[in-house]
Amino acid sequence: MVTEEVKATRVVDARGSVCPGPLMALIGAVREQKVGDVIAVYSGDTGSRTDIPLWVKKAGHELVGVVDRAGYAEFVVRKMR
Amino acid sequence: MGDNGNERLAMVVFSGTMDRLMPVGILASGAVAMGMDVDIFLTFWGLQAFSKRAQGAPPKFSADYADMAPMFAQVMKQKNVPSPIETLKTAKKLGNVKIHACTMTMDLLGQTKDDFIDLVDRTTGVGEFMELAKDAKITLFV
Repeated sequence: MVTEEVKATRVVDARGSVCPGPLMALIGAVREQKVGDVIAVYSGDTGSRTDIPLWVKKAGHELVGVVDRAGYAEFVVRKMR
Repeated sequence: MGDNGNERLAMVVFSGTMDRLMPVGILASGAVAMGMDVDIFLTFWGLQAFSKRAQGAPPKFSADYADMAPMFAQVMKQKNVPSPIETLKTAKKLGNVKIHACTMTMDLLGQTKDDFIDLVDRTTGVGEFMELAKDAKITLFV
């Protein structure tokens, strides 16, 4: 769970986007942010559930948490490198 | 593996219908997301879908799926599904995606690189593409 103290530096609302849109939007955003920044991405896409954590791990970032919201999920990612 | 040490996805795209081009864009995106390089060899109908002339209208669905095509097209519009070309543009922005136009097809139809949209990086012969594909981790014919 994400604690309330983790404030996102940037929010990417990809709820209208189908696979692999939210993942690609996240990758683009992470690339633009600075190391240490926290990026939150909203996604209603089922593939994101597995694809985003996998990418975060592979790319060497930190998945701070995944929060279930009404009809979508919020993935919180810290850019590590 | 490529010169840069990245794993590679090589796709030969022969088909030019929506049902086949959609997964080309999506698979290329997935590969880029997972840190792979992508080489796409466009030939015959696949290449024609990237001609400047073809850009006025979305690619048609294969006749095999004619009964479902209108429903599918409507869902895609409703859910804002990007076109295969838009999806490839995004993949290219985020990773190393090279799109090759088949020289043989172009010779047959009297086409030049100028007949195709800028997304097409270069013209490539089949032998040269095989050189790239033989080192690929995944090879697909679509």
